[in-house]
Amino acid sequence: MSIYETLRHFADSYALVLMLALFVGLCAWPFRPGAKERNRDAANLIFEGKADGE
Amino acid sequence: MQAETALGRVGLWFLVMLVAMAAALGAADSGFAAHAWIIAALGFVMIWVSASRFDPLGKARGFFKLPDGPSRYDDDPIRWGVIATMFWGLAGLLAGVFIAAQLAYPQLNFEPYLNFGRLRPLHTSAVIFAFGGNALLATSFYVVQRTCRTQLAFPNLARFVFWGYQLFIVLAATGYLLGITQSKEYAEPEWYVDLWLTIVWVAYFVVFVGTLARRKEPHIYVANWFYLAFIVTVAMLHIVNNLAMPVSLLGAKSYSAFAGVQDALTQWWYGHNAVGFFLTAGFLAMMYYFVPKQAERPVYSYRLSIIHFWSLIFLYIWAGPHHLHYTALPDWAQTLGMVFSIMLWMPSWGGMINGLMTLNGAWDKVRTDPIIRMMVMALAFYGMSTFEGPMLSIKSVNSVSHYTDWTIGHVHSGALGWNGMITFACVYFLVPRLWKRERMYSLRMINWHFWLATIGIVFYAASMWVAGVTQGLMWREYGPDGYLVNSFADTVAALHPMYVMRAAGGLMYLGGALIMSYNIWMTLAGKQRVEAPLNDAAYDPEADRPIVNQPSAVPAE
Repeated sequence: MSIYETLRHFADSYALVLMLALFVGLCAWPFRPGAKERNRDAANLIFEGKADGE
Repeated sequence: MQAETALGRVGLWFLVMLVAMAAALGAADSGFAAHAWIIAALGFVMIWVSASRFDPLGKARGFFKLPDGPSRYDDDPIRWGVIATMFWGLAGLLAGVFIAAQLAYPQLNFEPYLNFGRLRPLHTSAVIFAFGGNALLATSFYVVQRTCRTQLAFPNLARFVFWGYQLFIVLAATGYLLGITQSKEYAEPEWYVDLWLTIVWVAYFVVFVGTLARRKEPHIYVANWFYLAFIVTVAMLHIVNNLAMPVSLLGAKSYSAFAGVQDALTQWWYGHNAVGFFLTAGFLAMMYYFVPKQAERPVYSYRLSIIHFWSLIFLYIWAGPHHLHYTALPDWAQTLGMVFSIMLWMPSWGGMINGLMTLNGAWDKVRTDPIIRMMVMALAFYGMSTFEGPMLSIKSVNSVSHYTDWTIGHVHSGALGWNGMITFACVYFLVPRLWKRERMYSLRMINWHFWLATIGIVFYAASMWVAGVTQGLMWREYGPDGYLVNSFADTVAALHPMYVMRAAGGLMYLGGALIMSYNIWMTLAGKQRVEAPLNDAAYDPEADRPIVNQPSAVPAE
């Protein structure tokens, strides 16, 4: 098999599954238990302290 | 000690000037020689500046009324970035109006420097990379400092990034006028300018990541994720797409590392992701900081921002082949590009919904705050053009729309509507804060700018829709004998009124930007226009009195 074919088989199998798993994992991450509080804090961090973060 | 540093600087710039002059004298072509002379002239000016006490930058600081003294955040590169954004914005829009007029009236093609072929890349690069790029540089340095609660990591490198980027713009723009191009859309500059941009961009990456690394805030706010995605991906796209072998080390000409359809696919992998990561991810980063700040309420859903971030990152990179429908590109690759483009609709609307819903409970601000109004219009156009894009990527739609003015209309509803409007809103937000003014010179002028820009876009997009569909249908019309009914010149004649309308729309958009420049100029001068506020509760002094000695009503007959 040529290098292209070997890489292509890898890309169509393990790499594809890994990418999908990584994507689903990253999207699920903000929904993990206990994340609600952290998300709210993160959304509000631009308002902490004085105006314009100064 | 100071004298020694000055002497060292003079020596360095003298060396730069000598090398540039040698390159100019040994150059293989006149374009490369002209660029070498520009660098030599820069070296000469810098020798003069380093050696004498003359300080042009200090003079310019006074001219633009930059506040003196150390600020808590390192805001100087941001102020320069805002000024550069406005300057290049006006230049790019003016070039756009001029080439729109050239399409309507071909007599305006002045050979050889000011013909359409040379001015068109000047326009696209000026608005995307000079106007948009400076806006991204300025806002990213502003946002990363505020959200990390720390100063820029490498202040000198940050200044190098700003001035180095301006040099890139000047070399690119003069190159187009001189006829230097590697003929890759949105990547026209030749190899040596590409190498310079690579150095500047790596420095930008170092400053941004260095600032993130020294943050005092444990969490990295989502806007910074978008900025980082923009910086990293643009570096990757720029390097791969510009892999080329120069013919001579002292000549402008180079040949791409790829050939045929591979070259085309690399070009549109670059081209579409320049849209995806420069004009989308970078400007969404602006949206995620400035819209919540101006609305004074947190982003609608932080979860949604993370999901749509990863979805954009994972999907956008595959959408490029939709630029190559019905070409030599294999069918499966075309279909792949189409499918991923359609899937992109959802994460794009995730961003639009998140931005618009941030105003939930504060929708009255659309009526009273012209900056919020601009932001809402920007998000609305983002939503419209990210719906239109997936639709145009469908092969059967593309068979009508491809190579027609519909594409140009689509690009401009995104660029003028989304990128332009959100940039204007952010600049209006930034100027009073950066120059320590209470507010902009005039809020009513922002309102004028908003309406001129909006009506201008409507003229532009509507005329290009009609023009595109007309073109697509005329090109494919067959007579009963199997011959094409229309010649190309027939379609050009049919489109003339649309081209005039387009130029009028562009002129309105430019007019709005001129009003903005005046408004910013007066704000910098420290003036405030005396004007009626945009909203006030109704008050009628006639009705404002007690009821006294009212005669009792006479009953009706």
